[in-house]
Amino acid sequence: MIANFGYGVLVITFLVTLYSVFAAIYGDRRQIPAMVESARRAMLLTWPLLTLTAGALIYLLINDHYEVQFVYEVTSRSMPTYLKITAWWGGQAGSLLFWSWLMSAFASLVTLRKWDRDREFLPWVIVVACVTMAFFIGMNVFFENPFAQFYQTFDGVKSYNLKPANSILFTPENGQGLNPLLRHPGMIIHPPMLYLGFVSFVIPYAFAIAALITGRTDDRWIRLTRRWTLWAWLFLSFGLVLGGRWAYDVLGWGGYWGWDPVEIAAFMPWLTGTAFLHSVMIQEKRGMLKQWNMILIILTYDLVIFGTFLTRSGVLSSVHAFAQSAIGPLFFAFIGFTLISSIALIIYRWGSLKSETEMTSLLSREALFLLNNLLFMSILVVCFWGVIFPLISELFSGQKVTVGPPFYERATSPLFATLMMLMGIAPLSAWGRSTVKTLGRAIWKPIVGAVVVTAVLFATYTQKIGALIGFFLVALVIFVTIYEYWRGAYARQRSQGENIFTAFWNLTGRDRRRYGGYIIHISMMLMAIGIIGIETFQVETQGTLGQGETISLRNYELTYREIAQWDDLPSGVNYRRAVLDVYEDGEYLGQLAPRIDYYYDSQQNMTIPGQRSTMRDDLYVLLVDWEPATAAGATFKIYVNPLVNWLWLGSLLFLAGIIIAAWPEKERERAAFKAEARVQQQTSAAD
Amino acid sequence: MGSSRTIFYFVLLTLVLAGFWTIPVSAQGPTPTDDEVNRIAKQLYCPVCESTPLDVCPTEACRQWRDLIRSMLAEGRSEEEIEQYFVEHYGARVLAEPPNRLATYLVPAVAILLGAFMLFRGFRMWMKPSITEAGAADAPPEPEQDPYIAKLEEELRKQK
Repeated sequence: MIANFGYGVLVITFLVTLYSVFAAIYGDRRQIPAMVESARRAMLLTWPLLTLTAGALIYLLINDHYEVQFVYEVTSRSMPTYLKITAWWGGQAGSLLFWSWLMSAFASLVTLRKWDRDREFLPWVIVVACVTMAFFIGMNVFFENPFAQFYQTFDGVKSYNLKPANSILFTPENGQGLNPLLRHPGMIIHPPMLYLGFVSFVIPYAFAIAALITGRTDDRWIRLTRRWTLWAWLFLSFGLVLGGRWAYDVLGWGGYWGWDPVEIAAFMPWLTGTAFLHSVMIQEKRGMLKQWNMILIILTYDLVIFGTFLTRSGVLSSVHAFAQSAIGPLFFAFIGFTLISSIALIIYRWGSLKSETEMTSLLSREALFLLNNLLFMSILVVCFWGVIFPLISELFSGQKVTVGPPFYERATSPLFATLMMLMGIAPLSAWGRSTVKTLGRAIWKPIVGAVVVTAVLFATYTQKIGALIGFFLVALVIFVTIYEYWRGAYARQRSQGENIFTAFWNLTGRDRRRYGGYIIHISMMLMAIGIIGIETFQVETQGTLGQGETISLRNYELTYREIAQWDDLPSGVNYRRAVLDVYEDGEYLGQLAPRIDYYYDSQQNMTIPGQRSTMRDDLYVLLVDWEPATAAGATFKIYVNPLVNWLWLGSLLFLAGIIIAAWPEKERERAAFKAEARVQQQTSAAD
Repeated sequence: MGSSRTIFYFVLLTLVLAGFWTIPVSAQGPTPTDDEVNRIAKQLYCPVCESTPLDVCPTEACRQWRDLIRSMLAEGRSEEEIEQYFVEHYGARVLAEPPNRLATYLVPAVAILLGAFMLFRGFRMWMKPSITEAGAADAPPEPEQDPYIAKLEEELRKQK
């Protein structure tokens, strides 16, 4: 009953999105504002409708309705209620619905804003948002129905959207349960964050397409969507970081990023999105690169769809591809359709997207931003090629190949290093004109600072040349950024008579985007410290220990003390927990307790590491689950991951930086709006 | 009838040979350590579950493959020989990178160089007109103060 209700509402929502598309186009072509308004209201209806659908699904999930195939696949009786709710995005059909639901929320939010000055954009924003939604909801309606139920017919038990003739409903006793890897808190928040990032990039894309169609190709669309883009970027970045943290905590390989195709799928729109964030500034300040910005946002949108396609279509099997189905070709067609029609629109408007000004210096801020774009695009090319190469190879030569971390690391590390260097130089260059002389005058102090830091590290920490280059660049960027901050605050202190702390605070408040951006640069460098640490200094060892025996790695010694095994029947989990004493250079530090959790419903193990985290390094101990683990002997895998905590620290600062940059500046905007209105009044009065 | 007997003899022969093959393992010196095995397993990818290096893959199949690496190491086989054995038996996908390196790296390298070339051509095109114009009209004087500070202070004055 509830399942049929949910499916019915889903079908209605699908029809509503289609109506909205047609009404918007019709209303715009025939100049009937009432039709456009009707389209807008139809789009506003999608969120309550999808919320109702989601409510129905959550009801079924919570109340163990195993006659529903999706509920059967992702939950079981032993799962706690909160996990039954989050199982919503734990499988294919549910996560597609989740995508549409978030999309409808964003689409509603964007239509609720004041449209007075941008009426002509409205119908086309509706068209883009609703076509995207219709595609995703259509997937659910026709191929991946989360409400499909099991029916017993003469052919056996199968799932159907509607009750077939001569059948009876079939309800399994218990469900299969969620994959244990997905029960981790990181994995509960990671997909929503990633999807939030994905869907919020649809909004700037929708405005870009609206600008192209209406011919209003000035930078209005960019100003309107600036904050959306920043929030999209925030969610996507945070989603990526959470994914990394999850991998570090549960996948048991001692790392946070494995260059898995599905990780890369989420990373690619981030790359184009980051390039876009930088290059829109050139358009705002200098009226250049209009065509390029359009291309970037179109690429970002299609990479978002491509990312969902890679994770959801089963085209690649990887650790992330938990859910697979035959919806690949449709995704492929949709990507093709949106890409070709968007590019066709750019070509159509090519003339009106010409630059207003010329480039004046190779060292100007805009030239360096372009170089930054080239680097981001280069990393994108490497990633894209790495992801599709196995498919191409299989298609043309029949040979299955793997493109693993060595390829990506080798190909991207020089690009990342150049990017870091650029991060050091660009903030010191000026818009329009910059010469070697002005740049040199600004940069020599930070360079001296970075050389000193590198020399100290060489003497006390490492002689590895790759790591030293990395640390030099990190120090350079941090010094340059601090120097920039200092110059701004100092100028303010002099002109405003503020003390230096107030000056710092007010400076950030006055130009949030710029100084938020600088905080992001610093946070990136902290993250880089973590990455350099784990990539160049990670060590590992594995050994089987009897009780009382010791294994050592670097300065650490670990002694195997005891092991315990017990069942937690209500949760359906069996725990095996080993305890080790940890010593560093003979000094007792405490105990670590790695675990293996065995989930009875899904018959899968989860290895939970014992971790000891400091800013210097992480000691990370795993109980190896394919070997016997008893008091007589258990096999441990031990990693020392130097500096990895800087990665997590950096990501927190990163979050702060984006929030500062994206925080609404209400007063100023209102003032600007008033001023603009006044000018308009005056000019019309003069006419 | 004849073919099943052939198969029987073939299986018997394989088992006998396999027996001989394992004998030297026990006859050799110390068993290789987990770390020695993992060093090689890390370079190889699980032939069954894609995108998972062999050293961390928990499946039973991978456990057996690690044991195979251990026994091959004990026999004194080199890293290359072991990798070669896995490629022959399970295909090129067990390697972390495609065997044809040139094809793998060439396409992105060419694409990046092409992008760089286009960008620099674009730079030159943008710069040309402004250089000729600059000579005639509005060549701005070299600012005495840092342009950034000047602009910042100007903005601050406005906001005051």
